[in-house]
Amino acid sequence: MTEEGKKGILDILKIISESKELELEDVVIDADELTLEISAAPAGKPEYLKLSLEPLTPGGQKIEFLLETTSYGVRLVAPAIPPPAAPVEKPKEFINLKFEYPVVKYSGEIVEVTIGALRGQGGSRGKIVKIGGDKAPPFYLFESKPLNRPVVALDVFDTPPPLAGPVRKAYQDVLQDPAEWAKKCINTYNADLISLHLVSTDPLGENRPVREAMKTVENVLQAVDTPIIIGGSGNPQKDTELFAEASERFMGERLVMASITLDMDIPKVVEPIRKYGHNAIALAFMDINQAKELSRKILDAGLPKNHLILDPTTGALGYGVEYTYSTMERIRLSALMGEETLQVPLSCAATNAWAAREAWMKVEDWGPRELRGPLYEATTALVGLLTGANLFMMMHPLAMKIVKAFAEAMVKEGWKEEKPYMNWVKARF
Amino acid sequence: MPKILRPLDVYKHLPGTNCGKCGEASCMAFASKLIERKVTPQQCIPLYEDPKYSEKLQKLLETIRPPVKEVWIGVEPNILRIGGKEVLYRHELTWRNQTAIMIDIHDEMSPEEVKKRVGFVDSFKFIRIGKELTLDGIAVRCVSENPEKYVKTIAEIMEITNKPIILCSTDPNIIEEALIVASKRKPLIYVATKQNWREIGELAARYKCPTAITAEDLSTLKSLSATLTRNYNIDDIVLDPQIKIGNIAETLSTITALRRAAVEKEEKELGYPIMTAPAAVWSIEEGDENDKKILESVIASSLISRFVDLVVFHTIDTWTIIPIVVWRDCVYTDPRFPPGVKPGLYEIGKPNEYSPVLSTGNFALTYYLVRDDVEKAGINAYLVIVDTEATSLQSSVAGKKYTSDKVIEAIKEVKVGDRVKIKALILPGYAARLAGEVEDALMGDGWTILVGPRDSGEIGAFYEKVFKPWLEEKIAKEKEVKTNF
Repeated sequence: MTEEGKKGILDILKIISESKELELEDVVIDADELTLEISAAPAGKPEYLKLSLEPLTPGGQKIEFLLETTSYGVRLVAPAIPPPAAPVEKPKEFINLKFEYPVVKYSGEIVEVTIGALRGQGGSRGKIVKIGGDKAPPFYLFESKPLNRPVVALDVFDTPPPLAGPVRKAYQDVLQDPAEWAKKCINTYNADLISLHLVSTDPLGENRPVREAMKTVENVLQAVDTPIIIGGSGNPQKDTELFAEASERFMGERLVMASITLDMDIPKVVEPIRKYGHNAIALAFMDINQAKELSRKILDAGLPKNHLILDPTTGALGYGVEYTYSTMERIRLSALMGEETLQVPLSCAATNAWAAREAWMKVEDWGPRELRGPLYEATTALVGLLTGANLFMMMHPLAMKIVKAFAEAMVKEGWKEEKPYMNWVKARF
Repeated sequence: MPKILRPLDVYKHLPGTNCGKCGEASCMAFASKLIERKVTPQQCIPLYEDPKYSEKLQKLLETIRPPVKEVWIGVEPNILRIGGKEVLYRHELTWRNQTAIMIDIHDEMSPEEVKKRVGFVDSFKFIRIGKELTLDGIAVRCVSENPEKYVKTIAEIMEITNKPIILCSTDPNIIEEALIVASKRKPLIYVATKQNWREIGELAARYKCPTAITAEDLSTLKSLSATLTRNYNIDDIVLDPQIKIGNIAETLSTITALRRAAVEKEEKELGYPIMTAPAAVWSIEEGDENDKKILESVIASSLISRFVDLVVFHTIDTWTIIPIVVWRDCVYTDPRFPPGVKPGLYEIGKPNEYSPVLSTGNFALTYYLVRDDVEKAGINAYLVIVDTEATSLQSSVAGKKYTSDKVIEAIKEVKVGDRVKIKALILPGYAARLAGEVEDALMGDGWTILVGPRDSGEIGAFYEKVFKPWLEEKIAKEKEVKTNF
């Protein structure tokens, strides 16, 4: 290369190094090797310089470089190799296809269970709820919309159990009075119904007499006009006694007795529930076969199918909820395929989420538990909602609100999105 | 039902020479590993190099292709594999390839913000049963509409992380500029639409990068997929059926229909991974920040429940991410066996004759948490694991798998009473109601039952405030008894 040529290139490069962008037109650089000397950028963030070399002959390749200059020096960050040219082909056409929704015919459907009875219809409620009636798996709206929106019951205890901080905060002022507690759940937090847990009757705990618990039920029924679920202590004998007493005393109210388990004398526990027209939850333990067996025994004992709800047990998120997920999904599919014993609504006790330390423990790195806890409970419940749960027992009002919003979307009609989804690509957030 | 492949189905499309170039002893062994996806077809060198096998190769690839294609984003050693699923329902077969969680960054964020967000993706770790739950990559959005600005942001990101990236813009010119810098990382191109499919299709083919496609309805999405495949021979496609933030039920329904068509109807055009962006909450919803964070998180979890293969997420608050990564980890486990440990007697630290005896169930997570907490608190103890059929403690108390009979039996069977002078059994707080029955049965052997905390995280405080004073008093009393004799 001549001295003059070198100088010419150096001049060009000097200009390049001093400018951010430079466009050269009609310049031919004819050299085997091209060395660029660019002064390093000051310390701090790198700067970028794009070089594009246009082809001399038509149809040739455009070559692009991206140079990065930092205080450490200059390097090439873009490929210097030209990308291979796309082969010339026939003109491209848009292919129009039609999507057919893959609808399945089911031979079975879920019964509808009515909880609570209105005044003048044998009960004393101002509102009742209906659950179930599903003809397809949940969120298979292309097959069928659910007949009823899944509902949420907030838990009330007759003896306050140890409660996680965020839950305690929501009920602090009413913990000592189940009737006030229930009122707060309905009037302030807008729950669909109440699940009243009469844990004080536990023979291994306080062992309060059944008649005392009946007084609590009475008070709660007077405090709210929604239906209620009666929860026992988990002791098979005492719960049998409790359900019998409640059945007779509150006949016609269409309460839900929670729960009947395999270790009970099933004909004995079912008889008064059937006789006085109440509902029952069958509690099985994350096992479809146990659920079938239990349900079969309860139905054989005479409880009508449309008075039965199945609870396959809900594990906390991270502590076995995936077994709940698969058990519920199998139960619901099996029911729709024709398994009679499983054609009943499903119940999900998402409250159990609070057993997980991820929900309640104060750990700075994990963020505020006032938000983390409810989100954890809601996420647990949604696992159930997506696999077919129709009834939820929950604790935190915020968690309940999230689940209700999802449940409402399942039955919403004539909905329209305000802003297009694709905005997400360009929006500044 | 899932299509179950047998080794013979695969073997017949291999050379059958047992040449050993793949590292396996025989072609049959290679076939078995192919089914388990422990090897890739490329490892059979003759199949790829010898032209006479080209027909076999084609057949083999067809045979082992799952109903949902596995798509790779990124380059070794940071390849992100998404899709590859064979079934709709988890109970049929363990789901393949966990949902990828990508965090968004846009080109008008300050360099500090970009750095912070990349740093979050790189360093996020949530430990569960000794496993690190992490995030998968970055979705870079072009909001400036300025290619240079966008390219600069991408280069900055590539400088600090090797995680896979998604290039997000509907403008093909911007995508092309970005590919010049980023194609060597094999990013996912987002997105081809009914409007830009020619340009994006060409770019995806030319740069050999996977590309996402999106449409408001499934017919258009299916058409787009066919269009790209047939015109550009593109087979690395990711489908975005679009979230309807205003009706999440509709969204889940659409995704389910789409995947069912792929798996059960074997519609090839839809046999690709599904992605979508819960981050869209931030461009649609108005109002309270925390409400949006919660909504984004629960949408992501629901999508994970419904087998979505990749989500783009915006919020980088740990509390919104924990439930998502935990749920993802749970739902992708083997549905048949809960992870359990062997029931029996375990030692934590160096227990001696004055150490407490703890008890819990045999769910693996329970065991590891308890062990870890007791170790951290610096306590030496015996731990008696009761067989609860590997269900968590709280569930097994409710489900009557952790019962007083079982505890009593376990204590007697492992003969831990022979190892301690002061026999103190600490029951988990959730099993408090069993304390009476257990004590009645074991009292005769000199046991005292103490009820510990509900969560083993509080075992240290319990040890200091309850157990130690109790032990000291007990020892003092025994001394008294001895001196009286």
